[in-house]
Amino acid sequence: MSAYWKANQRRLAPWMFLAPGLAIFALYVIIPIFQSIWYSFYDWDGLSPPVWIGTANYVELTTDPNMVTSFWNNLIWLLLYMLAVPLGLFIAIFLNQTVRGIRIYKSLFFFPFVISQVVVGLIFSWFYAPNFGPLYLLIEQVTGKGVALLADPDLVTYGIIAAGLWPQIAYVMILYLTGLNNVAPDQVEAARLDGAKGWRMLWYVILPQLRPATFIAVVVTVIGALRSFDLVSIMTNGGPFGSSRVLSYYMYEQALSEYGYRMGYGAAIAVVLFAIMMVFISGFIWKMWRDETER
Amino acid sequence: MVHKKTGALALVAALLLTTAASAQQRVLKYNADFDPLPLAAFEALIADFEAANPDVDVQLNNFDHEGYKTAIRNFLTADSPDLANWYAGNRMAPFVNAGQFMDVSDVWEANGLGDSLASAKASMTIDGKQWGVPYTYYQWGIYYNKDVYKSVGVEVPKTWAEFVSNCEKFSAAGIDCLTTGTKALWPAAGIFDYMNLRTNGYEFHMDLTAGKIAWTDDRVRATFAEWAKIQPYTTANHAALEWEDAAALMVQGKAANYVMGNFAVGNFKAGGMTNDTLGFMQFPEITPGIPRAEDAPTDTIHIPAGAQNVDDAKKFLAFVASADVQSKLNVGLSQLPTNKNSTVPADDPFLVAGFETLSTAYALAQFFDRDAPAEMAKAGMEGFQQFMVQPEELDNILNRLEQVRGQVYK
Repeated sequence: MSAYWKANQRRLAPWMFLAPGLAIFALYVIIPIFQSIWYSFYDWDGLSPPVWIGTANYVELTTDPNMVTSFWNNLIWLLLYMLAVPLGLFIAIFLNQTVRGIRIYKSLFFFPFVISQVVVGLIFSWFYAPNFGPLYLLIEQVTGKGVALLADPDLVTYGIIAAGLWPQIAYVMILYLTGLNNVAPDQVEAARLDGAKGWRMLWYVILPQLRPATFIAVVVTVIGALRSFDLVSIMTNGGPFGSSRVLSYYMYEQALSEYGYRMGYGAAIAVVLFAIMMVFISGFIWKMWRDETER
Repeated sequence: MVHKKTGALALVAALLLTTAASAQQRVLKYNADFDPLPLAAFEALIADFEAANPDVDVQLNNFDHEGYKTAIRNFLTADSPDLANWYAGNRMAPFVNAGQFMDVSDVWEANGLGDSLASAKASMTIDGKQWGVPYTYYQWGIYYNKDVYKSVGVEVPKTWAEFVSNCEKFSAAGIDCLTTGTKALWPAAGIFDYMNLRTNGYEFHMDLTAGKIAWTDDRVRATFAEWAKIQPYTTANHAALEWEDAAALMVQGKAANYVMGNFAVGNFKAGGMTNDTLGFMQFPEITPGIPRAEDAPTDTIHIPAGAQNVDDAKKFLAFVASADVQSKLNVGLSQLPTNKNSTVPADDPFLVAGFETLSTAYALAQFFDRDAPAEMAKAGMEGFQQFMVQPEELDNILNRLEQVRGQVYK
C-alpha cells in the first residue's frame, strides 16, 4: 500500500486535496441540480405525495403568459447589463492615473459593489418613489409631470436594471483596473512612437492585452443578469402586476413564496433557467479549456 | 455494595407514586402560532381556564407564525394535538373537507353560540355544521380625514352615489378621493372585497372565491363597473407605494379616504391624526337591499379529528367563546371580541365602531387572500392591481383570471 502511495504520490495528491471540495460541491450543487430536474416531472405542493405528470409542466410553461414576460425581461436584462462592461472599462481607464489621492477615488467608485444588493434595491426604490423620490421630483421639475418608474409596467424593468448596473459597473471597473496594471508599458511606448493615440491606442494596443479581464467581466455580468433575484424582489416583487418578473423570481413565486405551492412547476422554470445558463457556461468553459490546452 | 432489593423496592414505589400523581390531571395539548403580544394575552386566558378547571393541565406548544402554516399540515395527520389555531371561512375548508377538523356543532348548540357569535357563524359553517370557535377579529372599512372633508365641504356619504359625487368634489379640489398603496398587492384586494360584497352580496363573494363562479360572469363585470367609477379618483402611482406611504398621504391631507383594516389606526395616529381628525365609516351600500357583510379576518381554534382529550377540548372551546373571557382576551390583543355580548374599551372609538359594525353584520368574509386558495389569490390580486392602473384591460384581466380558475380549482 505505502509502496503504491510512494510511487503515485504526485498523481494522487491533487485529487486528495480536491476531494473535500468536490464532495461538498457534488452534495450541495450537482445532486440538487439532478433532483430539481427530477422534481420538474411531478405535480407536487411540497407536502402531499408527489404525482407523476411527465412533461406536463413544460407544456404548461410554453403557454403561460407570465413565462413569456419573464423570458423577455431576462433578455432585456442580459442585453442591457452588458453595458456594465464598456462603462466599467472607461471608468477604469479614467481612474488609472497617478494623481494624488487616486486610491481614495478608486475605493469610492468600488463602494457600490460592497453594499448588499438588498440595500441598493431599497435605496433606489426610494429614489424612484412617487411624491418624495428625488428622481421623481427631478422629472416633475423638468417635464411638469412626474413619472413613477416602478409603477409603470413599461419602464419598470429598465428602472431595476439601472439600479443593478450601479454595483455591476463597480465590479467590472475593479477587474479592468487590475488588468490595466498588467498592460505592458513597453508595448504602449512602442505604439506611441508609431503615432498611435486615443481610440486607436485603446482598440489596437490596450484592449487585446485586456482580453482575460474582459472575459471574466463578461462571464460575471452574464451570470449576474440571469441571477437578478434580489433587486426584483426588493424593488417591485415582480410587479406592477408581474411586468418586472424574471425567471429566477418567477421560480421563487411558484415554488417557495407565500402564494406558491407548486414545487414541480417551479422546478421546471428553474430547469429552463439552468438550460439558458448552461449555454453561456459551456461557451465559457470551452474557451477556458481551449486557452489552457494551447498553453 | 449495591443494595439491589432496596433499590428495586424504591424504584417501584416511586413509579407508583408518579402514576398516581399524573392520573389526577388530564392533559390538554394546544398547538398555536402566537406573536409575543397575543401570546401573553393567551397565557393569561389559559391560567384562568386552569383555575376554573383544576383537573386539566393545558400544554401550549407555540410555533413561529409563518412556520405554523406549513407545520399544521403535518401535525394534523401525525400526532394531533387536542386544540389547534387556524382561520375561518374558505381557509379552513381544505382541512374540513379532508376530515381533519372535528365537528363542534354540539358546542355551539349547548352554549347558544349561534346567537352570541351570530355574525361569525357563517364563516365557521360548512355543510350546515360548525368546525371551530372564533376568538378575535378586526374590522375593515373606510377611514377618512375629517379635516379634508370639512375643507371641501362634503358630508359623510350614506350611499354609493353620494360617495362617487364626493369623489368628484375632492378631485376638483386637487385631493385624491381614495388612496391606497398596492405594492404588496393585498390593499387592492380589500377594495375588491367590498366592491363585490356590496354589489353582489356575501354568498356570491364566497362562491366566487371558492371557484364556483366564472370570472367572466356578468355579475363580476358589474362589480368592476362600479369600481371603475372611483378608479380615476384613486391616487396615481399606487403600484409603487407601500400601504404605509399611502397612509402618510391621508395624514398629510392629500387624500380623503382609505379602505383599510383597523390595524392602520396606529399608523394614522403616529402620523399625527387624532380621534377628532380621523373618522371611520362602514363601506356604503351599492346595490340596495343586499344584507351588509363585512371583511373581518378571524382567528379561530379548532379540534383536530385525531385529538385524544376531546371532552376537555370542547370545554376549552366553550370557555374561549364566552363573553367575559373574550372581552378580557381582546383587551390584550387590541382587537375585537367575536361574542356580541362582550364589551370593548369605551375610550377607543374605532374599536367601539368596529364592534358595532361587526356584531350587527349579516356575515363576515375573511379577506380575499384567505378566502381564495393561494394561487388564485395571487393571480386575483395582480388582476385587481392591473385594473386599477389599466382599467381598459378588464377583458384580458378577467379572461386570465378565468384561466387560472380552471387550473387551480381541480
